[in-house]
Amino acid sequence: MSTATQVAYLFTALCFILALKGLSSPKHARNGNLIGALGATVAVVVTVSQRHLGHRVPIIIAIVAGAIIAVPAARMVKMTAIPQMVAMFNGVGGGAAMLVALDEFLRLHRVDSSAAAIAVAFTAIVGSVSFTGSLITFGKLQELMTGRPILVPGARFVTPLVGLGAVGCGIAAVATASGKTGGVTFLVICTVLALGLGVLFVLPVGGADVPVVISLLNAFTGLTVAASGYVLDNTLLIVAGTLVGASGTMLTLLMARAMGRSITGVLFGAFSGSSTAGSTAEVVSSDRAVKSAGADDIAILLAYARKVAIVPGYGLAVAQAQHTIRELVDLLESRGVEVFYAIHPVAGRMPGHMNVLLAEANVPYEQLKEMDDANPEFSSTDVAVVVGANDVVNPAARDSVGSPIYGMPILNVDEATNVVFMKRSMRPGFAGIDNALLYHPKTTLFFGDAKDSLSKLVAAVKAI
Amino acid sequence: MNNVGLLTIFMLSIFVGFEVISKVSAVLHTPLMSGANAIHGIILVGAILITGTSSGAVQLTLGLVAVVLATANMVGGFVVTDRMLEMFKGRGKAAKAASKASAATAAAASAAPGSATDRPAS
Repeated sequence: MSTATQVAYLFTALCFILALKGLSSPKHARNGNLIGALGATVAVVVTVSQRHLGHRVPIIIAIVAGAIIAVPAARMVKMTAIPQMVAMFNGVGGGAAMLVALDEFLRLHRVDSSAAAIAVAFTAIVGSVSFTGSLITFGKLQELMTGRPILVPGARFVTPLVGLGAVGCGIAAVATASGKTGGVTFLVICTVLALGLGVLFVLPVGGADVPVVISLLNAFTGLTVAASGYVLDNTLLIVAGTLVGASGTMLTLLMARAMGRSITGVLFGAFSGSSTAGSTAEVVSSDRAVKSAGADDIAILLAYARKVAIVPGYGLAVAQAQHTIRELVDLLESRGVEVFYAIHPVAGRMPGHMNVLLAEANVPYEQLKEMDDANPEFSSTDVAVVVGANDVVNPAARDSVGSPIYGMPILNVDEATNVVFMKRSMRPGFAGIDNALLYHPKTTLFFGDAKDSLSKLVAAVKAI
Repeated sequence: MNNVGLLTIFMLSIFVGFEVISKVSAVLHTPLMSGANAIHGIILVGAILITGTSSGAVQLTLGLVAVVLATANMVGGFVVTDRMLEMFKGRGKAAKAASKASAATAAAASAAPGSATDRPAS
């Protein structure tokens, strides 16, 4: 590798650090991302134009093909589908790392280095887990499969066995790496088992916890990139991979904390029965009375209120109702009603996802209140409208010590004078826990798809 | 480079990785995850290097598939992150437009309620 190439790689590594730094602040985030893209472009151009590179034409064709697949997908994806898009891109990255590992291993018999062989086996296992694990998270978020935890019969024993098998074969592959073909066979078996492990690992995770898993798999892929860098003696891959591994781990912990969940609870909760994610199907105490009302009643309630809080949740996101809610809020404001949005840190499908969705609908920044700023406002709020959210306003998280979600920070909508829940049905939220607030005398329910209901409300408010 | 040198780089990178994102607001968690995701697409460099030195159809095929996947990861990751952040930036302008609009609304509200529903989108 020439000095010029190494200097270019150093430049790229610095760009990546600045990119992560920029992405951590709202002001510099977009520039940060562009700096990252610039760094990556420089590294790729320098690598492709290295003098001794063989197969240059097929490589360039492959790069163009990859870009042709990815750019339209990334440009056209709906904002609500962003989380699964990120999961998919992470998955293919893991897949690429896995293939690079296999390719590296095929030529290792000639290079007798057990440290490199260990790194290759590590990349094959973790890259495979990241690949299939991400595909499963994609399936869950895209609703190709149920968001509820799926427990394979005997998974408690099968999953660890598959994991041990993968590691065992990996060790065998390393031990026989200098042989003729034995190592390759072991590594292929190891990879297949690891691919299965990724599936088994993510299936029992409930829908609400999936973002944490995506973040964790993201960190995993970072580590595989670092390991590949070690094998290829490439410092750029080591730096970039490790940066992502470390920051991804940190981000995973931050996300889990924002949800009031522990990492072990997220990953293994379904086995011990303490998963938040709806292991208790639809156990709703339907004998308890609820109060429901139509659009006209609720329109009057809202139109003559002084202060209204909107609590948007996942249901708003799936119904694509962010534009309709803005219309309603504008209408109320034009009547002199003070309106603010109360955003729970994990509203939507990922931390910060709701902010992205509302930003897309041009909701002014100053109407958005984060949880800590919103909570003191509820006691002076006349009507809190909860649109497609449930667990993040469940008082059980604050008051009932035995509840699985106890300790999760919530929005205190129960302090408002009136509460309106816009829900599709009486089904509990992701956590599968009944919400006592639904049965409270101050609560009114408005059933229906969030977008339909909001359109009706807009019409009803206009008619007043 | 020798193993100790690589280990040094590895350890320092861990600290930098922890340090740069230790104080990030929850609002930016999703774009940050997506941006980090794009960065590990740099495995593309590894995929190119290994494809460029491959011999035989199997190695070449594995390498080229890896190049396609890694490019999708990297390019798609940066584009999707930019789309997310574009909205955050638009929000700044929207906020300014909105504060003007709401000032106008406040004045107009008593005279003609309901007239300011179609605020200009920036």
